[in-house]
Amino acid sequence: MNFFKAHPIFCVFCALILVGLPALFAVAWAWAAWHEAIQQAMADQLYFSVFLAVVVFGVIMGAVAYCILLERKISAWIQDRYGPNRVGPCGLLQPIADGLKFLLKEDIIPANVDKALFLLAPWMIFVVALIGFAIIPWGGEFRWPWMADDAEPLTAQVSSIDIGLLYLLAVSSLGVYGVVLGGWSSNNKYSFYGGMRAAAQMLSYEIPMGLCILVAILMSGQLRLEGIVAAQSAELLGVSALNWNVCYYPLAALILFITALAEANRMPFDLAESEQELVGGYHTEYSAMKLALFFLAEYAHMITASAFMVALFFGGYLIPGWTWLNEDTGVAAMLCRMAVTAAKIFGFIVLMMVVRWTLPRFRFDQLMRLGWKWLVPISMILVAAQTVIIYADWPRWPAALAANVLIFLAAGFFAAARDGKITGRQSSLRRRTGVSVQRA
Amino acid sequence: MQVRQPTLTTTERLYLPQILGGMKTTLRHMFHKRLRDETVVQYPEHKRVLRKENYRGVHRLNRDEQGRVACVACFMCETACPAHCIHIEGADSPWPDREKYPIRFDIDELRCIYCGMCEEACPVDAIELTPEYQLVGHSRDEMIFDKEKLLMVYDRTRGEKPRKSPPITGYE
Repeated sequence: MNFFKAHPIFCVFCALILVGLPALFAVAWAWAAWHEAIQQAMADQLYFSVFLAVVVFGVIMGAVAYCILLERKISAWIQDRYGPNRVGPCGLLQPIADGLKFLLKEDIIPANVDKALFLLAPWMIFVVALIGFAIIPWGGEFRWPWMADDAEPLTAQVSSIDIGLLYLLAVSSLGVYGVVLGGWSSNNKYSFYGGMRAAAQMLSYEIPMGLCILVAILMSGQLRLEGIVAAQSAELLGVSALNWNVCYYPLAALILFITALAEANRMPFDLAESEQELVGGYHTEYSAMKLALFFLAEYAHMITASAFMVALFFGGYLIPGWTWLNEDTGVAAMLCRMAVTAAKIFGFIVLMMVVRWTLPRFRFDQLMRLGWKWLVPISMILVAAQTVIIYADWPRWPAALAANVLIFLAAGFFAAARDGKITGRQSSLRRRTGVSVQRA
Repeated sequence: MQVRQPTLTTTERLYLPQILGGMKTTLRHMFHKRLRDETVVQYPEHKRVLRKENYRGVHRLNRDEQGRVACVACFMCETACPAHCIHIEGADSPWPDREKYPIRFDIDELRCIYCGMCEEACPVDAIELTPEYQLVGHSRDEMIFDKEKLLMVYDRTRGEKPRKSPPITGYE
């Protein structure tokens, strides 16, 4: 033991050699013995999808754990301090320390809870957040080097079903179950109240989310996510692969971002979480691993929301002008496209974290009013505008941008007519009770 | 009561420019490494510089020039202490120039509120508060400092913070 402490680097090096060399030999022998079979299997979309599912699951679990560290670091930098920097270089081993802490804590189940639902709730919300990754187009189409040039290309996507976005909407609606079950089964009226509020918030913000997704669907005419990304690889203004939906409907992209924040219970919509800091909420009675699952599920929701925002509006794996990246079907191009998708998703996650520390949180009635009175009508009018543009066969891009600008200004004028109070009660208060609020 | 609320300007009513302005501030702080370096003190590698002459840390019992404990067991510090953490037992002193001396002088450092009343009350400047603040103990009993430990604190900190005034031993 003393030798290990005295010479740590040497011991780690020896361990790597002792474990790594046999592992390499095993892989090389397996390849030499079975490479035909492996190549045959990997050329088949089904086996490749299973392999990709395992890889994506592992990567997302690691990403979700390191999202905690990223959140702490970013919030620290915004507040003029450093984040965790003691555990490992720059705090990089902090999620491992956090994971160990959660594993080793005492798992308390209160006395009169509904046991089955209590145990089911965190799993439900986590699993639902994870299965949304099945339809994200990570890398587009490619062929392995051992496949013939005219063979059917593989899609670097876990499943490319025809009803991709419908599946996504269904799965994200299931997330409400986990929250409600967690609040209900805790046998605690404050948890129940928090759970109900979170459920009401998530439900009411799914309507504008669905409508904005509908705008993207109408743009490309299909529900398959890789088809929508492929439609965004067309030309716009002479630059290839600039046909991103955000160039047509920035307002829809913005509303999708807002509703994604609301779905993931992030600031400024994290009333359910802030209750946990103050009084209680749907995960008051949970401890150890189940609590960790609730937190990880929130980050998984964030990553899912960023992923489908990137795929729907921001061009997926496309970079404007790079024809090699967008059209090549080699393995290297596929890996580059995966990296591009991951970088864009990362950018959105950082944006969500910065927005959290920029805006104060909404009061619950303000939140509801914003959702129902503003986002739902605006997104309905956006859908109507897109249908009119398609039906009347106007030139897409100028008409869409004009519609966006008009709707934004109209919303601004409506807000101005209410004295700038989109979420306040002052005007209705004056009408109902006759109390006058003096304007300065 | 009439509440005066300021009216929002046109750009404020659109909400989005204000949000972007807020994000500009946030992002500016995020990338401003120099401000972070100047503000943050990475403890325990770097410690904050204290005003040593005033800081109220752990107590010590001073010695006089002959190395004897300077306290005359007058019980003024025990009476003045708001937290009742000092416990003294006095006895006749073996030296000719002093009537009494403490045979037991215990301070419970965990009960103490470090107000400095004992230091102000002492007529012979025997008890003082040092700038030492990093106290660690494994048990509550370990943190009850007796006379030997308080004298040891003096031996350790006499260089860092000398005595306030020459020791008063006789009553001339």
